[in-house]
Amino acid sequence: MDHTTLMFAAAAFALLVAMVMALVRALMGPTVYDRILAVNAFGTKTLLMIAVVGFLTERPEFLDIALVYALINFIGTVAVTKFVRYRSLGFPVGDNAEGEL
Amino acid sequence: MIELLDIVILGMMVVAALAVLWLRDLFAVAMLSGAYSLMGATLYVLLDAVDVAFTEAAVGAGIATVLMLGTLTLVPRQEKPGKKPSLAGLFTVAATGSLLIWATLDMPEYGDPDAPIHHHVAPRYMKDSAAEVGPPNVVTSVLASYRGYDTLGETTVIFTAAIGVMALLARGRRRKP
Repeated sequence: MDHTTLMFAAAAFALLVAMVMALVRALMGPTVYDRILAVNAFGTKTLLMIAVVGFLTERPEFLDIALVYALINFIGTVAVTKFVRYRSLGFPVGDNAEGEL
Repeated sequence: MIELLDIVILGMMVVAALAVLWLRDLFAVAMLSGAYSLMGATLYVLLDAVDVAFTEAAVGAGIATVLMLGTLTLVPRQEKPGKKPSLAGLFTVAATGSLLIWATLDMPEYGDPDAPIHHHVAPRYMKDSAAEVGPPNVVTSVLASYRGYDTLGETTVIFTAAIGVMALLARGRRRKP
């Protein structure tokens, strides 16, 4: 195992630990914001993990998937925060009659 | 290393699934099921099923979470304490689960090149799809051409389901200006 592989393996292990901690926070709560932040952090760790695994298995094309995950994670977090703030997802919240998500 | 990743992620999936059953706070359940889908998608990437992982992340973690939140706007935050779980249900689930695990014992080894799936039509797809269909990606050729009717059917099902959900969610939500 050369140094680069070792480095990526160590990074993957550290990400695994971070994922476990984020999951514990999502389980315990106690507030809504803890859970939102935990799941958002979990998504970030997931996409980093995919990128690291891509380099670990010498398939750096996985980086593209990690980018898509980042986008999905962002949209999900926007939807969740909007839900918490307005208790609604698709209906107008201000003067904007079109509605917004 | 990859085996360790598999085991830890599967373990976290078990924890998240049990928590979804256990928790009464439906918002937390929606959040955890999103995290569960992300873990599943990671597992698919580790298994080299990148296209499945894409779908899992977009549908499971993205759209399903948003749909669940949309449902949460119509129902109370807390799950009602339900009936006692019945023993017959537990027995059925355990029996089905053991049957499925038993069936996996007959499956070929993971990554075995002699597995039947690699010898039926796959060689022809690999060899001729570039000439017959065109795209350099064989998976795309299979989904869009060889199994085109199958994909059309799937799209129809998803489209119908989306219309159904939208009709259900839009019912009685007309707000007076």
